[in-house]
Amino acid sequence: MGPWRSEKSARRGAARDLRSRGRCGFRRYATYRLATAAGVFTNSVFGCIICFTYLALWQERPDIGGWDAQDAVTFVWIGQSLLMTVALFGGGFSDELADRIRTGDIAVDLGRPVDLQGWRYAEDLGRSAFHLLGRGVAPTLVGALLFSLAWPANPLTWLAFLGSVALAVTVSFAIRYLIGLGAFWVLDVRGFVVVIGFVQLFCSGMVLPLVVFPAGLETALRLLPFAALIQVPAEVLLEKSTGWGLLAALGSQLGWAVVLLGAGRALTRHATRRLVVQGG
Amino acid sequence: MTALVRSWQAYRAISGAWVRAAMAYRASFVALALGQVLTSGPDFIAIVLMFASIDTLGGFGLGEIALLYGLTGLGLGIADLVAGSTEQLGRRVRDGSLDTMLVQPVPALVQVAADQFALRRIGRISQATVVLGWALLHVDIDWNLTRVALLVTTIGSGAVIYLSIYVLGAAFQFVAGDAAEVQNAFTYGGVTLTQYPLTIYPVEVVRAVTFLLPLAFVNWYPALHLLGRDDPLGLPGWVQAASPLAALALAAVAGVAWRGGVRRYRSTGS
Amino acid sequence: MAADEPAIEVVDVHRTFDVRRRAGRLRRTRQVVRAVDGLSFDVARGEMVGLLGPNGAGKSTTVKMLTGILVPTSGALRVVGLDPAAARTRLARRIGVVFGQRSGLWWDLPLRDSFALLRRIYDVSADRHAAALAEFVELLELGELMDIPVRALSLGQRMRGEIAAALLHEPELLYLDEPTIGLDVVSKGRLRDFLRTINVERGTTVVLTTHDLGDVERLCRRVLVVDHGRLVFDGSLDALRRLDGTTRTVVVDLATSSPQVEVAGAVVTRVDGPRQWLSLPSGASAAPVVAQLAAAYDVVDLAIQEPAIEDVVARLYQRG
Repeated sequence: MGPWRSEKSARRGAARDLRSRGRCGFRRYATYRLATAAGVFTNSVFGCIICFTYLALWQERPDIGGWDAQDAVTFVWIGQSLLMTVALFGGGFSDELADRIRTGDIAVDLGRPVDLQGWRYAEDLGRSAFHLLGRGVAPTLVGALLFSLAWPANPLTWLAFLGSVALAVTVSFAIRYLIGLGAFWVLDVRGFVVVIGFVQLFCSGMVLPLVVFPAGLETALRLLPFAALIQVPAEVLLEKSTGWGLLAALGSQLGWAVVLLGAGRALTRHATRRLVVQGG
Repeated sequence: MTALVRSWQAYRAISGAWVRAAMAYRASFVALALGQVLTSGPDFIAIVLMFASIDTLGGFGLGEIALLYGLTGLGLGIADLVAGSTEQLGRRVRDGSLDTMLVQPVPALVQVAADQFALRRIGRISQATVVLGWALLHVDIDWNLTRVALLVTTIGSGAVIYLSIYVLGAAFQFVAGDAAEVQNAFTYGGVTLTQYPLTIYPVEVVRAVTFLLPLAFVNWYPALHLLGRDDPLGLPGWVQAASPLAALALAAVAGVAWRGGVRRYRSTGS
Repeated sequence: MAADEPAIEVVDVHRTFDVRRRAGRLRRTRQVVRAVDGLSFDVARGEMVGLLGPNGAGKSTTVKMLTGILVPTSGALRVVGLDPAAARTRLARRIGVVFGQRSGLWWDLPLRDSFALLRRIYDVSADRHAAALAEFVELLELGELMDIPVRALSLGQRMRGEIAAALLHEPELLYLDEPTIGLDVVSKGRLRDFLRTINVERGTTVVLTTHDLGDVERLCRRVLVVDHGRLVFDGSLDALRRLDGTTRTVVVDLATSSPQVEVAGAVVTRVDGPRQWLSLPSGASAAPVVAQLAAAYDVVDLAIQEPAIEDVVARLYQRG
């Protein structure tokens, strides 16, 4: 086997490894069927309650934020569907990553020929795919049965939405990766997880759509990456971002993804060097 | 009666030991309690933000909604503090630590509730109390002795209602440990539902939380009396003072369910 | 309860489990597992018995039923005069249990706090608790460990703490599940001495579930062997060893590699250089064999191996 051939097969092997990691991530979450059903039930209950709240709100001000009541209700179910997909409440791998850093096991991961951020990302994509299909679709069906939702007719909008969701997952991953990595410098990252969770809850639009916020606050919040998690993809599907607006929305997500992933890579390199120097 | 006294002594001893253990890490405890305030805060902040653009929601003003929010939040906060650990029952069944509790001469429920007693849950209680305090100062209530008594008994009844929901959830975990998350739909879902005036929900929902799962008695019916409002369902006036009754009824159901759960565990071994 | 009433009475107890297993994608098969299948025995007050058997034999299921955690499918149990299933909390005051894997102590609290908590739980008077605690602290050498959180204790130290915790309310009956597992030789010896002391001096009935033959040899005059939910042997350890069909092994080291030795009453099973293994029936004495070897051959050293309990039990089951 010549040198370049072995490198090619090594790359193919790495790609296969990443694919299998994605599938592993999917399967790990798929085994808990009862738990998923329970989660869907909970999501549906919360979705219904919030819908009634927004309906009452829109009844007071029928065009608040430039949306109508149907937009608001559809937004609720998009949010409930994406909740687990973008891991809004944290969890997933970032706790595990922090633990491995604390115990020193991370040295094993960093020693492997596969890129740490890369395979964590692949795993997370698998997980998010499961959460989108397993816990995302079902609550929306419940919502569609009980409320009248506004679905776009244009298939291109759906395509753009899926792309936006993929970018949202990437941004979410990048944030959680950075938090997990924080274990290199801070003893207990749980505090960060709680604070970020709180911040994400607001700034993503989950607690209240950003359009309802007072104007100044809304503008400020849209500058943060968290809006990319729920608000931006939802607006894509609701066809509130069209034409240049759509490109701007997707672009903002892509921008944050690049910046945060880049920060993650830089920090990983820095931490690896520190590990090597200190000996673990 | 002595069994009750002994249960209380055991609960106090066990929970006290956990509090002492937590206090050994004072800074961490404060941080966790503050974290609790943060996690229970967003809902009310959202309500305040909503009211930047509107004056009433479902016919109720911000102060009145704050009253509803404070009452239901306080009820859940107290229940969570007293028996929040019962959420862990599924895990205890799986890892066998329930057996260790069954071997001791104290009712299993007391041990499950007292174990891992988390004083940090006082964070949620504080947050709800602050909102309730603010509400009581800003809302125009025609105070008299009955209304004060009603306020106090409502807080107690609310706590008992949520406590019963926790126990029902634990009993459910005997049968379906993996589906423990369902409980959240009734505890946190219950709070989210009742923090708004029930006028915003369709009448079927209001009937369900009145007759099926008496969440409406946590805050809604007593609040109607405190605020001097009409009952949209048109129920007789005494319903507004019936929270303690609803609480006792639900507690009885919860007790039966729990005992059934333990009996089932001891007959099937898992 | 009368003084001559047995501490434990088990009469034809059965315990079956319905196990639902997933066969393939969607179907589920139901299997009935007979964990305990017609078990009957008595344990007198003050006895110390060993409960032996392979894994899955039904030992822990039996102990669960004796402590009231599990209700039998059929049959009757009486422990210190009470029905465990019906009088669980009343029984709990009179028994002590040390589980093997699970801890009865509070992980994050100092040992002292765990003991104080248990006083409240078992409702023991302050005087009696203090007296019992003082005695056990001395006997188990817990003095320096009292203020250390349980999670910081070594396995041996934790086990001593657990046993003290189980005895603080002065129970009539003590169940121990693998108490010496993972302990070093010295700790094992000390723990066994302690158990013998409380059995002899306080008359505490002890049921010891164990795989460690050393525990049984030193502590239990009587052994109950359970396999597949049935009692396959009830008697002394010596009698267990001397059962028909089991064999002892004499391992002899000769001065040089030699052909198989010939000895009456024993059969050579293996040769490895100068070392040879001879097999003889357990019921027979090894003395004549040893004497013959010493007389006829140039013996450097020899050792006598007792049969492994697993072999004995396996043979027992084949017979039963």
